[in-house]
Amino acid sequence: MNPAIQGRTYPATAPYLVGREKVREFARAVLSADPVSLDPSSARAAGFADVVAPPTFAVVVQEHTLAQLLADEDAGVDFSRVVHGDQRFSFTRPIVAGDELTATLTVTSVKTLGGNAMVTAESSIADAGGAHVVTAISTLVVRGDA
Amino acid sequence: MTAAADLAVGQVVAERTVPLTRDSLVRYAGASGDFNPIHYRDDVAASVGLPGVLAHGMLTMGAAVQPVVDWAGGAHRIRDYQVRFTRPVVVDPEAGATLTVSAKVAALDAEAGTARIDLTVRAGEATVLGKAQVVVVVG
Repeated sequence: MNPAIQGRTYPATAPYLVGREKVREFARAVLSADPVSLDPSSARAAGFADVVAPPTFAVVVQEHTLAQLLADEDAGVDFSRVVHGDQRFSFTRPIVAGDELTATLTVTSVKTLGGNAMVTAESSIADAGGAHVVTAISTLVVRGDA
Repeated sequence: MTAAADLAVGQVVAERTVPLTRDSLVRYAGASGDFNPIHYRDDVAASVGLPGVLAHGMLTMGAAVQPVVDWAGGAHRIRDYQVRFTRPVVVDPEAGATLTVSAKVAALDAEAGTARIDLTVRAGEATVLGKAQVVVVVG
């Protein structure tokens, strides 16, 4: 684990097109019964062009940025030792089917405590117009050798 | 949907029991793209020293907020949601696991028109999420 990666920003991910059926599939998987996520006409009645993703759907887009971090040999994050510590999503607006989203990860903090390291990664997710949609923040605990 | 003025700190706004099975884990793996085998293979889970196959933390997080989504009137009313993963949820191949979720008003911001709802999430007797806080639009 390289502490010098604090402050590092990775290139924006390739655009992710949010599909209606993907949103519905994800909603069913998190046991949602929310009509705004499952039924396009309910979503339109609530003022959206198509179904609205459940709050934690943002992780699907965020995941592409975490893959960049884990693939960075210089960062030295050993995936087999990673435990998910904390997770947060902060929305400017909800994700809606039809959105084309890109995500940009910044390592905001690296701390070592005992033999373990804690890495906080903020992925800022924006729409095709460049407007902010949601920031997904993960703290990963990287267990030491002991 | 309740107006902020009608809510009181400490009020329980939603309670739910959420059964999880191995089928739930496979379904979440496919929907999310998280195919870590500790979430569906007993042999792999045992080989890394786990007590059994675990639910994805993000499945627990995603399912735990649904009672608040329903109460708030839709996913679009969630402004912020955070959790700490404090204890894994072991999902038995036959019995599965049962999450219990209780959602309580922790703070009100009349100016912003939001409420902070804190979740208590247990698997059996054990609390599995810490600092589980949802900021929702009210009124």
